[in-house]
Amino acid sequence: MKKTKPADTKPEAAAAPRVISKKDAAKRIDEVAVEVHTDIIKKARKPEMRFPIRALSNVKYDPKKGYFEMIGKEATRTLTYNTVKTFAQSVRLLATTKNDLLLKDDIAGKREVYYNAKSWGECRFDEQPESDTLLDDMEAMLGVNREQLGYIPEERGGEVTGPLTVIDRDPATHEEIRINCAKLGTGAWSIPSQVEHLRFETKAKFVLAVETSSLFQRLVHHRYYETAHCIIISMSGVPTRACRRFIRRLADDQNLPVLAFTDGDPYGYGNIYRTLKVGSGQSAHINKFFCVPQAHYLGVTPQDIIDYDLEDATHPLEEVDIKRAQDALKNDPFIKHHVEWQKAIEQMLKMGVRIEQQAFAKHGLNYVLEEYLPDKLKKKTFLP
Amino acid sequence: MSRTAHKHAKKAGKKAPAGKKAQEEKPKAAPAAHVKPVAAVSNRRSDKDRRSETAATTEPPPAPAPEAALPVEEPKSAAEVMAKKQREISVSEFFLKNRHLLGFDNARKALLTTVKEAVDNSLDACEEAGTLPEVCGELIQVAENRYRVAITDNGPGIVKAQIPKVFAKLLYGSKFHRLRMSRGQQGIGISAAGMYGQLTTGVSTKITSKIGPKKKAHYYELQIDTRKNEPHIVKDEEMNWDQHHGTRVEIELEATYQRGRQSVDEYIQACAIANPHVTFRYRLWLLPKEEKPAPVAEGQPASEISNLKSEMKAPEPEWIVFERGTKQLPFQPQEIKPHPHGIELGMLMQLLKNTTARNVRSFLHSEFSRVSDRVALEICQRAGLEPKSRPSNVAFKESENLYKAIGETKLMNPPLDCISPIGEEQILAGLKKEVQASYYDAVTRAPSVYRGNPFQIEMGLAYTNPGQPKQAAASGEGQTSEEPIRLLRFANRVPLLYQQGACSITKAVIGVDWKNYGLSQPRGQLPMGPVTLFVHMASVWVPFTSESKEAIASYDEIIREVTLGLQELGRRLSVYLSRRRRDLEAQRKRDYMQLYVPHLALGLKQILSLGDKDEQKIITKLKTMLERTHLQT
Repeated sequence: MKKTKPADTKPEAAAAPRVISKKDAAKRIDEVAVEVHTDIIKKARKPEMRFPIRALSNVKYDPKKGYFEMIGKEATRTLTYNTVKTFAQSVRLLATTKNDLLLKDDIAGKREVYYNAKSWGECRFDEQPESDTLLDDMEAMLGVNREQLGYIPEERGGEVTGPLTVIDRDPATHEEIRINCAKLGTGAWSIPSQVEHLRFETKAKFVLAVETSSLFQRLVHHRYYETAHCIIISMSGVPTRACRRFIRRLADDQNLPVLAFTDGDPYGYGNIYRTLKVGSGQSAHINKFFCVPQAHYLGVTPQDIIDYDLEDATHPLEEVDIKRAQDALKNDPFIKHHVEWQKAIEQMLKMGVRIEQQAFAKHGLNYVLEEYLPDKLKKKTFLP
Repeated sequence: MSRTAHKHAKKAGKKAPAGKKAQEEKPKAAPAAHVKPVAAVSNRRSDKDRRSETAATTEPPPAPAPEAALPVEEPKSAAEVMAKKQREISVSEFFLKNRHLLGFDNARKALLTTVKEAVDNSLDACEEAGTLPEVCGELIQVAENRYRVAITDNGPGIVKAQIPKVFAKLLYGSKFHRLRMSRGQQGIGISAAGMYGQLTTGVSTKITSKIGPKKKAHYYELQIDTRKNEPHIVKDEEMNWDQHHGTRVEIELEATYQRGRQSVDEYIQACAIANPHVTFRYRLWLLPKEEKPAPVAEGQPASEISNLKSEMKAPEPEWIVFERGTKQLPFQPQEIKPHPHGIELGMLMQLLKNTTARNVRSFLHSEFSRVSDRVALEICQRAGLEPKSRPSNVAFKESENLYKAIGETKLMNPPLDCISPIGEEQILAGLKKEVQASYYDAVTRAPSVYRGNPFQIEMGLAYTNPGQPKQAAASGEGQTSEEPIRLLRFANRVPLLYQQGACSITKAVIGVDWKNYGLSQPRGQLPMGPVTLFVHMASVWVPFTSESKEAIASYDEIIREVTLGLQELGRRLSVYLSRRRRDLEAQRKRDYMQLYVPHLALGLKQILSLGDKDEQKIITKLKTMLERTHLQT
């Protein structure tokens, strides 16, 4: 397949996320603290913390930019009876971030943060989601992604295989390490949580991002990447930040088109693919870096069900699917921008069924790589 | 009954005809019963029936009475044979067989009733004499199931001549024949207690009484001749007593002592609540549990009167003192004449017979309250009676007409100033003294009337906040919101400890919907909660359901008054409870905020490297700020 550049997608240069020094990040924390302190002592009013709202309602989709951009709605957390606990926890989290992570040049996982706060007495977090939410709030408030504050994600970013050499370095010696992703046997290379420093060498023609690891295994087993000259990446559901960033950097660096292959259901369309391409509402403040505007959707589309005779390999849409589809049509700025997507989702709602990637096994186990993928790549009937 | 003999004598003088006649009735009534054919049918008639005949004897005897079957030769008729078995039953004998009627059903209750009768008498006597009462009660265990009850008061004492009758003759006393609010009503109690002691232990009732500082004390040991209902003097001495005046009663009886509900302790405590002007001193002197050889104290302290303590093996216990909360004696209630609507036909006939009035019209006017001369005339006309006819001549038929006419005539309510309520202030004083609580309230209703008898309902309520440390109350009831309230019932300042369920006060409490006032209440039961509820009925005649005076009979008027009072208390309680709920909520909020404010300050301190002083300043500022907005409405 040729390196195509879809008309509406001209991603900006692969701008790395604004890298700020640990000192500057600490200064941002000081600024917030000073503001709170001034409110209390000098202005004698209840302190406030402001941070951007992290939701779809606070993003817009600009195809020129290619990602969900925040439209500046802010939430204000004023200190009241109801917020006093969260407020105190936020301040203590800021203090820990500054004193224990930034100034000591240390790192911490989300779960470690949760356990670290157990020493805060009644201020501790009862469940990890509480600390996760405050961490996201803090990230948005400071305008610095949490990786730069020293918080490392718990999960790995996905797996890569194919004709690609990743040039990494030894964390201790900074010695160069070359990883040939085609020579990992039956395994695959895991995307690390930090990808900014990686460099790439490849002769592949495109990147294929698949949702399920079982399909990924099948493609690896039959060395599909050799047949199709592509790099295959397993996302395992909604791609992590690192995974998105990795694909983005790879695609920018090597000027490769990206194709996504997910289950044919509202979750595959609206959550997995949409997040891969333009980011999420949740992390709207960092979408700029964690998105892959050059991605296109390969399948499975509702039309594929008809085209490849798969009607009897479907499942009826469940209530949650229908709700998600309707929600996407109504509220998702990305779907609302693309008529093709609206048509596809409406078609699915009309058919009342969803389909899984594995459904092609109906026509034989390897039908998917022998017939379906080559046919789609030839026809180029992709969705934006 | 009362030992105020001087007063009794005075009353007796005034009321002599009525009083004496009533007592002399018995012997006369009995022979009459002999000859009545009906009487011959059965000799198992209860004494109650017999008593009611005292009234019926006014009826002209149906047949001349052959006193005894004189001609012996003739074969005896069945009636004559049976007549031999028919003989008088003395009241004493009757009560000996029916002691449960007087509150001596079991050994535990007997102890309480004995204490109660003695204390009631002491208090009545002290108050009537205008002395601030100080009552000492001792329970001394003599053997496993044998106790000596000794009650000493600082009352006026009893003149020597009256002592035997007061303490060893049933139905003798100063209170039965007058309508005046007092604790005792019929003159049975203390004699019955003595009789019970005599019956169960054989020991005489011991009385010491002194009527003035310069007089010597009289010491009596008395037994009751149960056949004749007459006192039998075993010992009669003069002695010295270091008290100015007062009376001491000592009764030894078969009894058991048990703490907790319906115990002597609970009775004394309840008494102290309802009588805040009284100082109670009380002690319990139990034998050591296992009979160890007599421990330390042998031949112990010089007792004032008897040497009984030298027998004691246990060490002398401390006095438990219920100090009086006020020095104000209750207002002395006035004696009133009966209200015509409150009397029954038999009593009317009795009064007709005994009156000194010359004609019916003046009889009505002088013997009853609220019957003016004009109203008396109206009654006579309605009854078809000649107003000038002699009361004693008013025949049976006519007295019935008269009775009916009285019922049909509209009359003013009896005077209500004859009742001496405890008063809201005193109730509060009593409750505060004996019940540890966070909220006290009291209501005194205006006097009202049932069946011609004036009465007045008053009540108090104490609410103990859950979690508030509990006073080691004599009743020992733990009070939580999951337990029924503690209901203290009183009649003329006397605690009622038994038959709670049969009492109209209880019925009224159950009848009120306490859910409206913030207490939970299972259907048909007392409400639940840490509440002590005090309800007092004061009346010239409290309608008890039995002679043992444990429950008040259910008259609509009484239940209605109690209900209205409870509703008033309830409304105010609910105001308190909701305010308390608000306060608790505010406190909860305050605590919650104060939990986190220091953390906020600590965080700021760590980020900005502040000093401890700055940290404190942040905490103070934030607390004021938050409390201003969240705790003030």
